[in-house]
Amino acid sequence: MDAEITLHVDGTARHVTVDARTTLLDALRERLGVMAPKKGCDHGQCGSCTVLLNDRRVITCLVLAVAHDGARIVTAEGLAQDDHLHPVQQAFIDHDGFQCGYCTPGQICSAVGMLKEAEAGWPSAVSDLAAAEVRLSPAEIRERMSGNLCRCGAYAGIVAAIQQAAR
Amino acid sequence: MIGSPLPRLDGTAKVTGTARYAFEHRVADPAYAYPLQATVARGHITAINTSAAQAVDGVLAVITHENAPHLASTEDAELAVLQSTEIAFRGQVIGAVVADTSETARHAAGLVEVSYDPSPHDAVFTPDRDDLYTPDTVNPSFPTDTSQGDVESALKQSPVVVDHVYTTPMTHNNPLEPHTTVACWHDDQLTLYDSTQGVHSTRQSLAKALGLAPERIRVIAPHVGGGFGSKGQAHAHLVLAAMAAQAMPGRAVKLALTRQQMFSLVGYRTPTVQHVRLGAGPDGRLTAISMDVVEQTSRIKEFAEQTAIPARHMYAAPNRRTTHRLAALDVPVPSWMRAPGECPGMFGPEVAMDELANACGMDPVDLRVLNEPDVDPESGKPFSSRNLVACLREGAARFGWADREHAPRTRREHGWWVGTGVAASTYPVHVKPGSSATVRFQPDGRYRIEIGATDIGTGTWTALTQIAADALSVRVDAIDLRIGDTDLPPATVAGGSSGINSWGSAVVDAARAFRDKFGTGPNPGDEAQGTTPGNSAGERFAMRAFGAQFAEVRVHAATGEIRVPRLLGVFAVGRIINPRTARSQFLGGMTMGMSMALHEQSVLDERFGHVVNHDLAEYHIAANADVAGIEAHWVDETDPHVNPLGTKGIGEIGIVGTAAAIANAAHHATGIRVRDLPLTADKFLADARR
Amino acid sequence: MNPFEYQRAEDVATAVATVSGNENAAFLGGGTNLVDHLKLGVATPNLLVDVSGLPLDRVESLPDGGLRIGAAVRNSDAAADPRIRRDYPMLAEALLSGASAQVRNLATMGGNLLQRTRCVYFQDVTTPCNKRVPGSGCSALRGYHRYHAILGASEHCVAVHPSDLAVALVALDAVVQVSGPDGDRAVPVTDLYRLPGDAPERDTVLERGELITAIDLPVLPMAARSGYRKVRDRASYAFALVSVAAAVDLFDNGTIRDVRIAFGGVAHKPWRAYRAEDALRGRPTTAEAFDDAANAELRDARPLRDNVFKLRMARGALVAALQHLTGADR
Repeated sequence: MDAEITLHVDGTARHVTVDARTTLLDALRERLGVMAPKKGCDHGQCGSCTVLLNDRRVITCLVLAVAHDGARIVTAEGLAQDDHLHPVQQAFIDHDGFQCGYCTPGQICSAVGMLKEAEAGWPSAVSDLAAAEVRLSPAEIRERMSGNLCRCGAYAGIVAAIQQAAR
Repeated sequence: MIGSPLPRLDGTAKVTGTARYAFEHRVADPAYAYPLQATVARGHITAINTSAAQAVDGVLAVITHENAPHLASTEDAELAVLQSTEIAFRGQVIGAVVADTSETARHAAGLVEVSYDPSPHDAVFTPDRDDLYTPDTVNPSFPTDTSQGDVESALKQSPVVVDHVYTTPMTHNNPLEPHTTVACWHDDQLTLYDSTQGVHSTRQSLAKALGLAPERIRVIAPHVGGGFGSKGQAHAHLVLAAMAAQAMPGRAVKLALTRQQMFSLVGYRTPTVQHVRLGAGPDGRLTAISMDVVEQTSRIKEFAEQTAIPARHMYAAPNRRTTHRLAALDVPVPSWMRAPGECPGMFGPEVAMDELANACGMDPVDLRVLNEPDVDPESGKPFSSRNLVACLREGAARFGWADREHAPRTRREHGWWVGTGVAASTYPVHVKPGSSATVRFQPDGRYRIEIGATDIGTGTWTALTQIAADALSVRVDAIDLRIGDTDLPPATVAGGSSGINSWGSAVVDAARAFRDKFGTGPNPGDEAQGTTPGNSAGERFAMRAFGAQFAEVRVHAATGEIRVPRLLGVFAVGRIINPRTARSQFLGGMTMGMSMALHEQSVLDERFGHVVNHDLAEYHIAANADVAGIEAHWVDETDPHVNPLGTKGIGEIGIVGTAAAIANAAHHATGIRVRDLPLTADKFLADARR
Repeated sequence: MNPFEYQRAEDVATAVATVSGNENAAFLGGGTNLVDHLKLGVATPNLLVDVSGLPLDRVESLPDGGLRIGAAVRNSDAAADPRIRRDYPMLAEALLSGASAQVRNLATMGGNLLQRTRCVYFQDVTTPCNKRVPGSGCSALRGYHRYHAILGASEHCVAVHPSDLAVALVALDAVVQVSGPDGDRAVPVTDLYRLPGDAPERDTVLERGELITAIDLPVLPMAARSGYRKVRDRASYAFALVSVAAAVDLFDNGTIRDVRIAFGGVAHKPWRAYRAEDALRGRPTTAEAFDDAANAELRDARPLRDNVFKLRMARGALVAALQHLTGADR
């Protein structure tokens, strides 16, 4: 079953025909050529495919594209505006928060989404549930970023980068 | 330039997701190939019915042994794809479906009916098998066994003996970027965008298998999403992709292995069983070191991991013995995984050293210092530089080692046992011959540096640029580096921590040749070549990098949960080209070492012959929350012998010794000695004490 | 992945009618488990009815003071809800300990409850599995079963249910509201899940076409002092080896008035530990009492060759959870 859908990707409306089986990740990468979200595991187990979907960080490999007609998607590519990197992106460079770079766009989208969640007071597994505000300690950042695996082991730099961006 | 913490030059491309990895290169109207895999571990295919798959709308081709092209060489059994009906391991490639979309290819692949005549298979790895054999050499060409003095007598006479068996499990590289290839035949020319650690070595392997002149193949890999060894050699899917592309000339074929398929098809680290015996005097001075290793290989292709090698070089002792024995099984083909040999081979001995320290009532740092050799114990040659003791001392000072309680199981905080441990690291200095570089002066006033090197996350783009700028005495923005393409001068594979040593030396050689020829005022178009120079210093010196790792471990008294709140490494690795990327290399190695210590284990179900925890939910690699305080430092080390740059290689040493340091800390915390990796919670609950 | 049709459900009744009338149809929520299974060939529906957009996405107060969580509420929204955080912290903690933030932002509450086991053989269509292919055999029984059941298993299946949420819900005596072809019904979560017996292919008591529309949390003041303790191999982003949801209510003299306990990672269903609860009522908050409670619950445990450790781990997790709730660990 094919369906015609529209995805608003990094500020541009994109019309695309997808198979009902096509994941949002494959629609972006293979149908639209949007390569910033990466395919690392294809089963929701690594976080490399993370984007902001209607302002929330989500994995895209377990999402059917056909179910998200009209969705607003921001990828790591779209976070940078007119040659200006997003502060999170610049912080990742400053702190060498990556090596091979494959998990990086997902890490960065995840970090941007995470900062919004923290600002909204959303708790994590290591938070005090009674606290109204979230203080982004290194332990909080590590827990909140644990859905993004990095095989190069750049976690120390990632946490430092996010601390910088959160300030 | 050299020595400055230049941010990664590919940083912007990577943080915006615009760096192109293999599968992401734009090709017009690609087809998609999905591999078929054997579901028996040994036997023959008796029939393969592809009609249902062929009938699916959008399917372009189904390739099996019945219609696959004949390969020119099947010498490498791993690459002898679709050349017979024989099945040598479960998960072996037995075909591919090529279709208009990846969804269609995968669906149709499920419709191919395969009948087998299975034979009994043997995938049982135990050290007491009666068919273990002695390989001719171990990877890449070290002697299999060594012996000096009389180990058995020395052990009998030693007042203190440590005699234990240590094991490390089968583990998988699991780079985050899966192994992928885009292949296109056009006018008898095969172009491949491949996720590889070496474009030229990949081309060479494929050219041989296909019987093509290498010039007819171009391999392109500007960015590679990690490899850790698994992308260091060509694997079966590469040949399969070339075959699939051959079936549709002019059309690019994209092939991506799934994460699950990677557990059968791209190599792994063998499980190891390490029988380590140390003999010592009451003062801790070693009299004998013995290490007997058993590991597995595949029946069709031998890979003999050099696990006992580091025991040949670490500590002084007059009586020494190392051996390697292999079990050849009906299992996937093992291969390189970060620091083959050294990584598993520094687990058993470095835990044994901790056990010896306990037996002698000594501090484990002092024990290592005491047994520091004057010369390489194996060859008798002096070390070109060896600063293990400096690493141990600096690490101890930075870590706060002096405050350590000697006795294990003495510190408990909020329900957690707390302890600290140490282990040494080492890795050989490799310089691979065969790389060339070109320097060309461009009309824009910049110097173009060309070399077919790769950046698998190591920082090659940045470090080679710095080396070139330094050698030409220009600013880094005057360098226009090109790597990752067989159209560039040949370069060796990114492996053995040899990249910067080898490629960097070629770049330096080319830069010197350029300046000699054209001076400092060249004209556009002026160019010079250089190669990695030979080095006879290896005949006079033993050349290795060393390090020391310190860990703090917490083990929950009631649940057995284990955490590593602190990990600190100090390394002596020659000259550092870029402190920023170097630190990442060390931290990355240590993080992977922690992952190995705590989590990693591929569970091969002997009944079926394949790894059953074959995804990233079941095969755990360290997550962000696993890594707390982690630091890497290095001591100043000038070594004029290793190569013109004075570098020793830094990509692998960080993973060496980490697991032993953590296991030793876990023992210090709990009093429980775990000799079998990984250090999962259950191992701290098996003990009768509570 | 087999081809299938996709429909966006217009309302509950139509969705239920569609799925109950087609044995190859399935409800689609957040997709984080079903799409996984589509790729693996574990699920092969020919029609997906997407219920994630139905107006079941609110957390509402019930007249009796309880809370109704719509089935389409995303896990992350539920975990952040101030009422849930305040009145049922074990539930928020259970949700936050599951998967990752970017999975929780997709996963629905109903879908979380109906996720299927992570047994490696269930997920690998090249191996026998009674849950996936009834009668084909259980590969885990004598295979890789480190994560598997120690309670209530059968020779046909030793898998465990992976949901953290469900463990908290059985401890809280939550009730799911279900719409089906024969009307609506309410099912206590303690009755929702089955033990495997000789029909491990059925995870729950739900009939074809029945759709969970909401989760009702009863008024339970003691749940304000509750928590979820998850023991896993990784510090985060991993399924439970063993988990414990617990709530404690103390008399003024410090002895236990009432207690709620459930285990995860030990059985084919989230395991309400009634025996442990009985053993604790009226007892002081001592390690000995907690230990006795664990013994009472685990008396009939039948671990497998390679998961004997779960006995000690379950005991340890229970003791740690209760000590934490009662302040005995400080």
